Amino acid sequence: MSTVTSTVEVPAGVTLPIYMDNHATSPLDPRVLEAMLPFFTSKFGNAASRNHSFGWEAEQAVENAREQIAKLIGASAKEIIFTSGATESNNLAIKGIAEMYKERGNHIITQVTEHKAVLDTCKRLEKHGYRVTYLPVKADGLIDMDDLRRAVDDKTILVSIMFANNEIGVIQPVAEIGKLCHEKGILFHTDAVQAVGKVPVDVNRMNIDVLSLSGHKIYGPKGVGALYVRRRNPRVQISAQIDGGGHERGMRSGTLNVPGIVGLGEACAIAGEEMASETVRLTGMRDSLRRKFETELDYVEVNGSWEHRLPGNLNMSFVYVEGESLLMGINDVAVSSGSACTSATLEPSYVLKALGLGDDVAHSSIRFGLGRFNTQAECDYVAEKIIGIVKKLRELSPLYEMVKEGIDLSKIEWAAH
Amino acid sequence: MAYSDKVVDHYNNPRNVGTLDKSSDTVGTGLVGAPECGDVMRLQIRVNPETQVIEEAKFKTFGCGSAIASSSLATEWVKGKTVSEAMEIKNTDIVKELALPPVKIHCSVLAEDAIRAAIGDWKKKNGVTEAAEVAVAAH
Repeated sequence: MSTVTSTVEVPAGVTLPIYMDNHATSPLDPRVLEAMLPFFTSKFGNAASRNHSFGWEAEQAVENAREQIAKLIGASAKEIIFTSGATESNNLAIKGIAEMYKERGNHIITQVTEHKAVLDTCKRLEKHGYRVTYLPVKADGLIDMDDLRRAVDDKTILVSIMFANNEIGVIQPVAEIGKLCHEKGILFHTDAVQAVGKVPVDVNRMNIDVLSLSGHKIYGPKGVGALYVRRRNPRVQISAQIDGGGHERGMRSGTLNVPGIVGLGEACAIAGEEMASETVRLTGMRDSLRRKFETELDYVEVNGSWEHRLPGNLNMSFVYVEGESLLMGINDVAVSSGSACTSATLEPSYVLKALGLGDDVAHSSIRFGLGRFNTQAECDYVAEKIIGIVKKLRELSPLYEMVKEGIDLSKIEWAAH
Repeated sequence: MAYSDKVVDHYNNPRNVGTLDKSSDTVGTGLVGAPECGDVMRLQIRVNPETQVIEEAKFKTFGCGSAIASSSLATEWVKGKTVSEAMEIKNTDIVKELALPPVKIHCSVLAEDAIRAAIGDWKKKNGVTEAAEVAVAAH
């Protein structure tokens, strides 16, 4: 009788459970918390209070954060609008531009592996008379620039293409997209939630007009994000989606979340300072994970471009093993799967399907999201644990047995249910 | 998702994992599900030709923990039963035994399908008709 639970010794310095799902959210950096704390208690002022020191103090902190964020993406502080997070930023950018530029055209271009905050926003706009082109991606997860060129027409007002993908970590050719949009006089928005603070982002060099970012993906707090809105060449205008006191240059009303904003600013400052060293460390750990899997296991595949990828992302399919059953065997490690069983809809990941992967490969995928607080010892433990579970689950897998016997699974008539 | 203790137990200690010789006349093989749906179960039974008792059952499953547990349980339940008794096993019994949540009911359906497919395969090989079955049962 085989036992699935593998017993791998926990090395010294490793505490369970291990968090390796940093694309979903990241822990708050203690330095960020330190910066935020006074703004919950003694420095509680409303940044919009213009006539006393409590307000001035808060406003100064907010302006400092604006500078910190702008610096990280090569913008100027006046171009940063605070929001509640990237979902709001994406909604505001796309709906706000669609509404503001509707006299000029009604066509928006995006692509199929965007986050739902972009896709569902676009779907809503389609109901209101906008035309949306959803570009496909190539097998490596990147869009084809020729597809984009062909999709542009005289009614195109906006291109919204993410910087880096949240599942497979692939980095789109943002500078090329920006250049094309700039030449054609089309606005370019990018959801850069996964990229800001991880890889160099420069809104001017990359011709980005509008950019969404979030605090909690970069070791900052949840519930705060920002939207970069270009002020010149061109000056981008956005229709507010929330009406009220006219905060944030009239684009986003609502009392500013001062502690959150201070945290976001500090998180950006730290990310900027540590990006180079963190990149080296994360890619080293990520590569070691991949190497171990490929050495110890057959039928493992990296999903998405390896070359154009975030430092901390590894998305691998352990073919002939179903993702949820794999996660069940490593319940002291937090990672995520593209398997249908782990999603609310019982559909496998639409991102992996867009790469042209069979559903069976998507069902077998695991996303490792390495972050600032992961260690090599943790990676070694996780690798060993996963290798053990995959081997055991493959002993249970009729598919693995059949493939090993030389049976072509695609030739079998499966009774799909 | 939280799993019931029984699902966890079958996942950690799956019963009757393995392969029987599918070319043998006494063996029935059921292969159900599809890789693109995320679960494939293969359930095999070895039937005593005299008594029609299932003397051995083996499974292999590609699927989530609940699918593994459902098929593992199915092998336990069919063992020692006659073919016609095994046909009485219902997916709802499996749901109850493993405390499967609604989203996992299809795993139990698949296990029931696997039992029926294995028995069907064995019957086909042995030219067993319903009447012959009744005759043996009456023995």
